[in-house]
Amino acid sequence: MTAHTDLPPHPRSTLVQTLGLIAFLVAWVLLYRQLIPISDWLVSLLPVDRHSHTGEALAFFFYDVPKVLMLLALIVFAMGVVRSFFSAERTRALLSGKAEGAGNVMAAGLGVVTPFCSCSAVPLFIGFVSAGVPLGVTFSFLIAAPMVNEIALALLFGLLGWKVALTYMGFGLALAVIAGWIIGRLKLEHWLQDWVRQIHAGAAVETLNQSLTWPDRYAAGVEAVRDIFGKVWKWVVLGIAIGALIHGYVPADLMVRIMGADAWWSVPAAVVLGIPMYTNAAGVIPIVEALLGKGAALGTTLAFMMSVIALSLPEMIILRKVLTARLIAVFVGVVGSGILCVGFLFNLLF
Amino acid sequence: MTIDVKVYGPGCKRCDTTAQMVTDAAAKLGAEVSVEKITDYAAIAMAGVVSTPGVSMNGKLVHSGGLPDAAALEGWLRNA
Repeated sequence: MTAHTDLPPHPRSTLVQTLGLIAFLVAWVLLYRQLIPISDWLVSLLPVDRHSHTGEALAFFFYDVPKVLMLLALIVFAMGVVRSFFSAERTRALLSGKAEGAGNVMAAGLGVVTPFCSCSAVPLFIGFVSAGVPLGVTFSFLIAAPMVNEIALALLFGLLGWKVALTYMGFGLALAVIAGWIIGRLKLEHWLQDWVRQIHAGAAVETLNQSLTWPDRYAAGVEAVRDIFGKVWKWVVLGIAIGALIHGYVPADLMVRIMGADAWWSVPAAVVLGIPMYTNAAGVIPIVEALLGKGAALGTTLAFMMSVIALSLPEMIILRKVLTARLIAVFVGVVGSGILCVGFLFNLLF
Repeated sequence: MTIDVKVYGPGCKRCDTTAQMVTDAAAKLGAEVSVEKITDYAAIAMAGVVSTPGVSMNGKLVHSGGLPDAAALEGWLRNA
């Protein structure tokens, strides 16, 4: 990373870097469009019949792994650049004292673009609440931030298409807004742990991470790719490998009875099953995609994904430090019911 | 004069890395530092740190959120 030199960057270096980025994007698009021939060629090199079970599974694997990894790299880079314009401090300043309603909508939107790591969920929660961000608005942020993340969006886009990705994003945001608003209406401030209510944090520090140049922001994008990609690629490969096995070997209608739209109990079962699972989206979505091909209903699978990502046991244990058990129960109840609605609605619509 | 550095974070891996980066940068510059890790959530919030890890030098918050840049870290140490 070349960030934070004392001299302003040479204008030409900004231009050179921007041109380099454009050249890279063009190369990316060209390669992306050649993925099907490349994967067919790779499979043809192997001593298996293209139309056998093994051939099907391999073709799926060789096409999906590069496709998803390429999309992931691009979307994570773009998000890294976008996030360099935001900081948790600035988001807090924007949200403090906001009325509910508009505040919930803003918080959900900012939850997507504000840099956030689950290990700072607690300091962030305290920081928000103590700076006068209403509890419900804080929850809208905390629900949207993990649920609508670039990894989930990249995988949904790559494996299930932009319509499903956008729908997931839309319903994820709506869920964050509504669940946060309901929690706000319930006036549960007195259910915070006592010591949290007594804290009055210092004013937000706004001088941080300012005056970034475009090369700095590109560098932030590259840094995000290196960080997230390094953590996630093995899960993507593993998930797609399992997905490929399901594609090749599982009978086509197996999932109809278990996860089909007619089995009404499958949506709540999917939500409950998702809570203790703390796999990241990268591993779950390829498997989910394969199950969809075998007759699982979209609503049921979406509900499962949302539950895995938004309602995780480890996160609740962390939040237990600031929230009372009752407040956590309300949080799980409200978000869980929201996910149920999304699941049933989708099964009805698609 | 010893620079009083505090690293704010609940004890995740990034926080440890950040503390190590401070020690390394100080050793490189030959600056004397005392590095203290603040892991108490209340203390983190009181310091105005919203995203961890956060770093303060002589009581002034210089960084928060993610690993600091090594070059920037040296700059802060020089100015502290």
